Amino acid sequence: MFTKQRIASDMKRNWSLYLMVLPVLAFYIIFCYKPMYGAIIAFKDFSPGKGIWGSRWVGLEHFRTFFCGRDFIRILTNTLRISIANIIFGFPAPIILALLINEVTSKKFAKSVQTVTYLPHFISLVVVCGMIKEFVSDTGFITEFLAHFGMEKQNMLNEPDFFTPIYVISGIWQEVGWGSIIYLAALAGVDQQLYEAAQIDGAGRFRQTISITIPSIMPTIITMFILRLGSLMSVGYEKIILLYNPLSSEKAEIISSYVYNVGLVKAQYGFSTAVGLFNSVINCVLVFAANAASRKLNDTSLW
Amino acid sequence: MIKKTVSRRIFEFLNTLFLVFLMIVAVYPVIHIIMASFSDPVKFMAHTGLMFRPAGDPTLLAYQNALKHPQIMGAYGNTLFIVVVGVAINIVLTSIGAYFLSRKEVLFQRPIAVLIIVTMFFSGGMIPFYFTVKDLGLYNSIWSLILPVSVNTFNLMVMKTGFSSIPDIIEESARLDGAGHFTILFKFVLPLSLPIVAVMVLYYGVAHWNSWFNALLFINKPEKYPLQLVLRQILLANETSSMTMGVDAGAELAVSETIKYAVIVISTMPILCVYPFLQKYFVKGIMVGAVKG
Repeated sequence: MFTKQRIASDMKRNWSLYLMVLPVLAFYIIFCYKPMYGAIIAFKDFSPGKGIWGSRWVGLEHFRTFFCGRDFIRILTNTLRISIANIIFGFPAPIILALLINEVTSKKFAKSVQTVTYLPHFISLVVVCGMIKEFVSDTGFITEFLAHFGMEKQNMLNEPDFFTPIYVISGIWQEVGWGSIIYLAALAGVDQQLYEAAQIDGAGRFRQTISITIPSIMPTIITMFILRLGSLMSVGYEKIILLYNPLSSEKAEIISSYVYNVGLVKAQYGFSTAVGLFNSVINCVLVFAANAASRKLNDTSLW
Repeated sequence: MIKKTVSRRIFEFLNTLFLVFLMIVAVYPVIHIIMASFSDPVKFMAHTGLMFRPAGDPTLLAYQNALKHPQIMGAYGNTLFIVVVGVAINIVLTSIGAYFLSRKEVLFQRPIAVLIIVTMFFSGGMIPFYFTVKDLGLYNSIWSLILPVSVNTFNLMVMKTGFSSIPDIIEESARLDGAGHFTILFKFVLPLSLPIVAVMVLYYGVAHWNSWFNALLFINKPEKYPLQLVLRQILLANETSSMTMGVDAGAELAVSETIKYAVIVISTMPILCVYPFLQKYFVKGIMVGAVKG
């Protein structure tokens, strides 16, 4: 395939194209591949002064420290708890919203629901977290509302057990509308003749939803589910770092926020790189495993 | 048309009711913030529950104090610079990359595509990334917020899908007229893909406007902070003291509360203002991306 002759003639014909793409390649090499190479400090006693090669090899020392340390179980459970709660509640939400919007007969009303529910997606995370902090503080309106139902008036962010619900619910608030777009697109593509045929057979609307609508958008649902499973271990750390405090960190610290805290705040570079690498590898394995499983079960896969 | 049954009518009524409720839930926080920002600080402190109008007489006090913050205006400028320059670089590099990936007759197309796609699934992690940027001498430089994010692989794939839908005949005829790749891309392909370019401008623009984490990593001089990092200090670290100078001590706490809301409004307004007009483009982008390319 890559014989000398072919390369020579290809270079002669397409040299300007290769020249053009050079800056893009440079970007990927410098900002994506160089850090991958840099990840070998996970196996070293790294100090910035000595550089990557000047630092001493320690083999799997950092991994051993991490797996045997007392933080491992805590942050792994936290990551899984937040992530699984996010999948259980956050994954079906946009599908349900899309199905409900699909049942609306007035086009105009459907459009307004969409416009309004997409809006929170564009508000920055810093602002969203700032709002959460105000609304669930001891005088916030959400706290006051819940106080009617017997909850103690307190700053909810200081209560570790509230962290996962706050994280998941605010996530649904922000992303449910935006997430529904892809399902609405799939719903728009369903063959209308199927519904007409079902009506003639005497199927009611509910029956049509179960037997036609949901099976029709199943491939989309499965694809989105694979993507979601693939990111099981990569909970959005930016929001965690913005929201947690020393009181809630017992239940809020996840693997990637831990990498930030131990690595950049406490400067244990080698160790935190090892933790990050562990996370990256797991993520990668999960994506491929989820994809393979789906290919086997449903003939639906990402690639 | 088959006549609607009673249960169908009930369902439609409840469905509409629920969706209206959802719309209120989606926008209420924004309304709350706008109302709070115009509230009289002391009355606001005493206020409980939902807000549909400012507490006390509407006042601009919070905005006047917010603008006293030494960094807000500078941070606004920094963010504007990042958005404008960043998006320009994003668009040029992303369209070049997408153009390259949409060529079929190129020998090294596949290896390079693999090289790019791998980065969607695996990364070196936060710490090596931090040192990479630092070693390039970008620490405390505004370029650290632009260069390391100059291509987003997901956006690149969306754009590639868009380019692939352009008929080959257009490029072939341009080639026969002696046009090089540069000319074909910028004179023929991009003008034919304006909707997708608009989507990219918006996606990248919003991402730059909202981004804060890289600034937390790479910038430690307050005068170089982008807007979101200043916001984080004000909203989440409670640093409002520089804005409440001159306000009497009793009202200071109250004023610092409404300042937070004013700051949110100031920083989010640009996006909320353009949002209704651009909404259809955002959606279009997701659609193109959804078509597997």
